[in-house]
Amino acid sequence: MHHPPLANTRSATGINTAKLATWWVIASEIVIFGGLLVSYLLFRLHHTEWAQEAEHTNTAAGAFNTFVLLTSSFFVVLAHKAAEEKNGAKAARFLGYTILGGLTFMMVKAYEYTHEIQHGFTMFKSVFWSFYYTATGLHGLHVMAGMVIMFIVGRDAKKGRNLHRVECIGIYWHFVDLVWIFLFPLLYIAK
Amino acid sequence: MSDYHESFFKKYLFSTDHKMIAMQYLFTGIFMGLVGGFLAYVFRMQIAFPGISVPGFGIVNENSYNTLVTNHGAIMIFWFAMPVLIAAFGNYLIPLMIGCDDMAFPRINRLSYQIFLVSILVLLSSFLVQHGGFGGAWTAYPPLSAKAEYNLTPMGASLWLIAVALEFVAFLLGGINFIVTLMNSRAKGMRMYEIPMVIWMIVIASILFMASVGPLIAGAVMLLFDQLLGTGFYDPAKGGDPLLWQHLFWFFGHPEVYVVLLPPMGMVVEVITTFSRKKLFGYKTFLYSVFFTGILSFVVWAHHQFVAGIDPRMANIFTITTLLISVPIAEICFLLMATLYKGSIELTTPMLFALGFVVEFILGGVTGIYLGATGTDIFFHDTYFVVAHFHYTFVPIAVIGLFTGIYYWFPKMFGRMMDEKLGKIHFWGTIIPFNFIFIPMFFLGMGGEHRRIYNYQNFPDLNHPELFHLRQISTVALIVMLLFQIVFFINFIRSLRKGKKAEANPWKANTLEWVAPSPPPHGNFATYPEVYRGPYEYSVPGRKQDYWPQNEP
Repeated sequence: MHHPPLANTRSATGINTAKLATWWVIASEIVIFGGLLVSYLLFRLHHTEWAQEAEHTNTAAGAFNTFVLLTSSFFVVLAHKAAEEKNGAKAARFLGYTILGGLTFMMVKAYEYTHEIQHGFTMFKSVFWSFYYTATGLHGLHVMAGMVIMFIVGRDAKKGRNLHRVECIGIYWHFVDLVWIFLFPLLYIAK
Repeated sequence: MSDYHESFFKKYLFSTDHKMIAMQYLFTGIFMGLVGGFLAYVFRMQIAFPGISVPGFGIVNENSYNTLVTNHGAIMIFWFAMPVLIAAFGNYLIPLMIGCDDMAFPRINRLSYQIFLVSILVLLSSFLVQHGGFGGAWTAYPPLSAKAEYNLTPMGASLWLIAVALEFVAFLLGGINFIVTLMNSRAKGMRMYEIPMVIWMIVIASILFMASVGPLIAGAVMLLFDQLLGTGFYDPAKGGDPLLWQHLFWFFGHPEVYVVLLPPMGMVVEVITTFSRKKLFGYKTFLYSVFFTGILSFVVWAHHQFVAGIDPRMANIFTITTLLISVPIAEICFLLMATLYKGSIELTTPMLFALGFVVEFILGGVTGIYLGATGTDIFFHDTYFVVAHFHYTFVPIAVIGLFTGIYYWFPKMFGRMMDEKLGKIHFWGTIIPFNFIFIPMFFLGMGGEHRRIYNYQNFPDLNHPELFHLRQISTVALIVMLLFQIVFFINFIRSLRKGKKAEANPWKANTLEWVAPSPPPHGNFATYPEVYRGPYEYSVPGRKQDYWPQNEP
């Protein structure tokens, strides 16, 4: 059996250690996505012709996905609330709904990719599409990672174990959501 | 605690104990340092004696020359300086100096080392693939790095990039662990301004690393796509821009200098206060100077690009910020000197290395002013003046800093004292040849010697015998310096087995690691200490002893 060290149980800041680490993980992620998006923006300002490329993205599908992700974030908040009330089973159920949201998002994204690639808008068509696939792909990887972690946290929560982790995965999921809130207007709407 | 037993496999390979992970990082890092040193020896031989069959390697051709130089730079920074200075000393010192049993996330710590080890395996395997290891310089500028027809090492280039990216992941995991551990796991009573400076420095370095590396991770993914898939992020023919990489790289690359500088600065503080028996002069000033340096380090990056075709108005701004950053760094050096002033200085081996660090680093810093100013930089750009300058910063940081730390904490790490006489021979045998390697390079650089040339005989202007004499002095000095490291290893191994047994606090220092037994057992402390004061209360008037440990009421 693994015993957490004393270091893990101390809390000089008053913030739970796992939660503190989650925030730092997010800080490191912000600069990764930040670097990518700033590079994209600087290019975009010099390439007004990218507006024509952006017209071929599926704004309706993107809008639907925004709605799906925001809804899943709402479920993760409900899961956190249930975890605060020490109701592990309920938290696990809401985490399940969140995973469903993530799955829907990925399926719509897969449909979009297929459609775009079939119409010749591949990663190599122009640098706009290179950015499009890199940014949404990196975001998609984060969605999938979030779903896997949520599955593990949810399985534990069902047995009433490690309920504090529900909040951590919730914070992470909000971050993934927030990245999409930046990607959607930058890649889809801005024409 | 003492009845804690684990199998060999679990203890040495899959340990979660911070001290064991520190040792893994330390020895792996030193091994990579030796690899990097060997690469330097091989290409320096080619520079000084073109066409010679280098003993231990053979004839150096153009491609292997590029591979050697590229990997020397990358290894020394990513696989030597960072693991030994941040990961090894960070892992070893943070829990001990804040009075704790381990890092906050021991298993993430283990994962960090394992990813680091994989990154090394990927890097070393890149030497063995077809066309050899990457040869596009450690800065990996596209199009040279992006296109196989330019760098001639298609597989090596991608493996190198993957290895660097894995190393970044390892240090992000480690860094988050360091930051959280310091924030949350401090001993009872240890307030913000009572944290030992070396711990501050390692954690600030981790934050700087984390804040600067993100864009480069994104940039590395883009470069990898350019190399392997054929996208055009950095290819003007496809609508991309090669300068983008330079911005992303140096936005990381310049803070990285301070990432590796700060931990040895912190070690020097610990050593100088202990061996001059004086309180650190201006603890808060020191810390604020470092904060200011850290913030400024994010707005100086384009001084690496003065000749890359950036807007001259932008170059002026970056000249100002670059020259500005020497103010807090000078402040830090003055504070160290003020700490020494009227102290009872004891010239032990760690103290010699600490003082050597300050002296040599100042030389590196002062020569940097010429490179930070656009006017002189345009002349010096890509000459050996630049090479000499950054080696005057990086060698004190990585090599002298490492030895400062090892000679000082060896008694704690292994429970025995190192031999002082051999230590002093090693110090002078390192510091004197070091200057003989790099001072000639300043003159070579002023003579117009470009840094990326395989054989200077092909360039009539650079083929003078006087220039070759300087190159040969430099190469011979390098060999002498490398040979003197044998003294260190003899001392290390002999002291490990036969050294005088060290007590818990052999240097009579104040910080908490000296409260634990030498070497500390699993769990570190029998009873966890409480902290009553700052770490540098030496020679307090009215007290019988000239030191006052942090844990004594």
